Amino acid sequence: MMIRESAASMAAALASKEISAVDLANQHYDQITAVDKDVHAFLYLDKEGALAHAAEVDKKRAAGEKLSPLAGVPLALKDVLTQKGIPTTCGSKILEGWRPPYDSTVVTKLKSAGIVILGKTNMDEFAMGSSTENSAFGPTKNPWDLTRIPGGSGGGSSASLAAYEAPLAIGTDTGGSIRQPAAVTGTVGVKPTYGGVSRYGLVAFSSSLDQAGPCARSVLDTALLHQVIAGFDPKDSTSINQNVPDVVAAAKKQDIKGMKIGVVKQLSGNGYQKGVENKFKESLDELVKLGAEIVEVSCPNFEYALAAYYLIAPSECSSNLARFDSIRFGLRVGDDGSKSAEEVMNLTRAAGFGREVKRRIILGTYALSSGYYDAYYGSAQKVRTLIKRDFESAFTKCDVLVSPTAPTTAFKIGEKTNDPLAMYLNDIATIPVNMAGIGGMSLPCGLAEEDNLPVGFQIMSPAMKDDRMYLVGGALEATLNNKWGKPILDFAPNLAASK
Amino acid sequence: MSLNYEQAVKKYEPTLGLEVHVELNTKSKMFCGCATEFGAQPNTQTCPVCLGLPGSLPVVNKKAIESTILIGLALNCSIAPYSRFARKNYFYPDMPKNFQTSQYDEPICVNGYLDVEIDTDDGSKSFRVEIERVHMEEDTGKSLHVGGSTGRIHGADYSLLDYNRAGIPLVEIVTKIIPNTGKYAPQVARAYVASLRDILRGLKVSDVKMEQGSLRCDVNLSLSEINSGKLGTRSETKNVNSLRSVERAVNGEFVRQANRLASGERIIQETRHFLEESGQTRPGRSKEQAEDYRYFPEPDLVPVIPDSKWIEELRKSLPEKPADRRKRLQQAWSVPDKEMSAMVNAELLDTVEETVLLGADPTRARSWWLGEISRIANDRTVFPTELISVKDVYQIITLINQGELTDKLARQVVEGVIAGEGSPADVILKRGLKVVSDDSQLMKAIADAIAAAPETADRVRGGNIPAAGALIGAVMKATGGQADAAKVRELLLKHLGQ
Repeated sequence: MMIRESAASMAAALASKEISAVDLANQHYDQITAVDKDVHAFLYLDKEGALAHAAEVDKKRAAGEKLSPLAGVPLALKDVLTQKGIPTTCGSKILEGWRPPYDSTVVTKLKSAGIVILGKTNMDEFAMGSSTENSAFGPTKNPWDLTRIPGGSGGGSSASLAAYEAPLAIGTDTGGSIRQPAAVTGTVGVKPTYGGVSRYGLVAFSSSLDQAGPCARSVLDTALLHQVIAGFDPKDSTSINQNVPDVVAAAKKQDIKGMKIGVVKQLSGNGYQKGVENKFKESLDELVKLGAEIVEVSCPNFEYALAAYYLIAPSECSSNLARFDSIRFGLRVGDDGSKSAEEVMNLTRAAGFGREVKRRIILGTYALSSGYYDAYYGSAQKVRTLIKRDFESAFTKCDVLVSPTAPTTAFKIGEKTNDPLAMYLNDIATIPVNMAGIGGMSLPCGLAEEDNLPVGFQIMSPAMKDDRMYLVGGALEATLNNKWGKPILDFAPNLAASK
Repeated sequence: MSLNYEQAVKKYEPTLGLEVHVELNTKSKMFCGCATEFGAQPNTQTCPVCLGLPGSLPVVNKKAIESTILIGLALNCSIAPYSRFARKNYFYPDMPKNFQTSQYDEPICVNGYLDVEIDTDDGSKSFRVEIERVHMEEDTGKSLHVGGSTGRIHGADYSLLDYNRAGIPLVEIVTKIIPNTGKYAPQVARAYVASLRDILRGLKVSDVKMEQGSLRCDVNLSLSEINSGKLGTRSETKNVNSLRSVERAVNGEFVRQANRLASGERIIQETRHFLEESGQTRPGRSKEQAEDYRYFPEPDLVPVIPDSKWIEELRKSLPEKPADRRKRLQQAWSVPDKEMSAMVNAELLDTVEETVLLGADPTRARSWWLGEISRIANDRTVFPTELISVKDVYQIITLINQGELTDKLARQVVEGVIAGEGSPADVILKRGLKVVSDDSQLMKAIADAIAAAPETADRVRGGNIPAAGALIGAVMKATGGQADAAKVRELLLKHLGQ
């Protein structure tokens, strides 16, 4: 059984023909069969397609073709990216029956790298949420404790990693949807620089904030996947036409002597769980031992980040989600021949969208309305500029910034569903990164003493300097694993064995 | 009380504004690579982007930006160093994303003008039409409402949607208020659209076919009592699609509003539709409650920041202005005003110029294209160049100049070419239309004519020149009308010692 190995080890075993891609995929499907009825990480499995693709990779390898490093390694894809012919729901009923006729650029790159896409993972509807409880198809459970949330919106992707259902996963991050699930599941997740990975085929929630990124169980695996999906795409006007920094080399380097690491004053204290703060501080000590210098920096405008985010993201979503109107694809409700197109649109949207999505559409519609635009959307954009300046000034004093990824460990399912504001606060430390378009990583930094649940350590790097977070993350991970004697996920209950 | 136009213009003055939508003739759409060909099978020129499928993203067509800048430059606009697209949000079934990507408060071209000339009671008069903005946007799809009596959405059984048009690049050219047009408002409106069309045609950025909708005009009009200093409520008459209709729409709307105002009713701010048959307008959707389009900058696109060098290159590449060209050609060809107007109105200026450039005599080129050929073309409701090529006409004119054809024969050649009998040379050969200019052949016919009428010949010999007419007639008859009458006369008189 190889499923508990790293993606890098799997890749090596595939390269030495120790295992075939088909067998490796099957091992993962077996694990999915064993645990996913409890975890519910997947919304759709494309076993036939995945095995066919795996067989193709095996055939090429047998023929001696040069393959890319991750060829044959399986992956779980967040159900917000299109894959030709495979249902894409975005966790919403409104996309019922829609099979996209095209591949997202991320999927095109995965396919051409020979990565085997096992299936589509669960998420909060249209990536709006921090717990996957907003999925129209039921929540995903945290493999560490099935009564707890796996984070969101990309809870399915991170849970699939923690439950060994896949060694690699793709997430998307608009306000923390890659990093917060990584934090609460004890896995690694990276939101690359905005424009670093193409958004073509990523069903938009908030276009100016959305970014797809890699998720895995180690910093190196995450870097290997990052390398595959990143790069300029002429189909995405906001994609950056620059060379991708060498994140794999950075993840391997393990040398942070003399680096200046900034601790953001505003991202701690009130609202942060004691155990989270403790693990974060212990990690800072480890970084000092590795030769880094810790400096405290102040980002005064982060205070307004959450408020501004909840104007910009809903505004863009109110427009992005207008296309779900039953006319060309997806759900159609009430088309009995007696109703007008407008009535059918209304009925479809009323039935097809969940509460949180409707809440944000209404919020955004209001914020963009004439007479309110300047006060809401306009002010929020100004705050955004101020947050960018805070980062710019902070990065003159240090190479990377760090903070806890989320203020708490995984909370109980149902705990915050009736309190949207409490739910929103879970993203307080991740949102500034999206507002500024820079890079952010979450990696596990220990278990909180109160609940023995994983804590996430966030590393933020300037735009297109994504290698820096891999450099610091790689070094911290190595020293922590060394300290613990094993990777953090080995402390998690073994789901398959418990059955 | 019912006011006619003459009465209406005495009481009210118009405030006119025109919005013209132009479909660019780029090969691909505004934000994707789909083809833009007119009249293709429904929904065959679509892709995830122009269908607004989830996850798709727009990429701006650089050629469309180039065309828009050219239009701006030709209309004396300044080109914005930074402009952006915005989203105009509203729901409509034929709009794939339920928002239109359009420029809003940051258009690419601003503050231009276009001078137009119209005939007034006091002769030709120039009006300056100021341009507020020229901006880019995408077209929507097309709805076809099936069933019901009106072809409109109300009462239809069902609707079909064609997204081939969705995403076709559109340029919107918006005038400022055009002041002081008075009773000439309809002519000014028409002249403006006509001049604009000529400019766009000259720039080769659009097909400017009003009947196909590649150029359509919205007419904004309000009236106020003369010298009242107040602005009235305006109506917007949408999608007027011929020059004549633009003129008639302003006229019709002027009269309608004047009559409402005169009888104490108020004007409703609304969209209206022009009715070709009656020249009247009918109400469309009411704009009493201003629609809130919730515009905001399009986050999927980056700002348009055209390089200033590029703009200067485009400026240098601008063709001669149509008005300047007209003046130049009129002078070079010595054409009277009236004939010049006729040529412009018939849209034959380009054709005549091409014919002249091949080497034809301007007067002959003009009279052939506007005369015989236009007459046949009008009968068949086609454009003259669809019947006969510029090259053929040039050849025919050359043959006339060389004395190889008479006007009468040339008409037959034109007829033959149009009938598909081949090139002018082919027709001449097949129909045997050559002018008889061979002296010996003519001399024989002359000798025959004299032999047949010796007394007449004697009279001519005796100095009775008019008597030669009968002999000339006989020669012409003998040669089947193909001889040059002047030449026959000359030879005959010489032969008879005159």
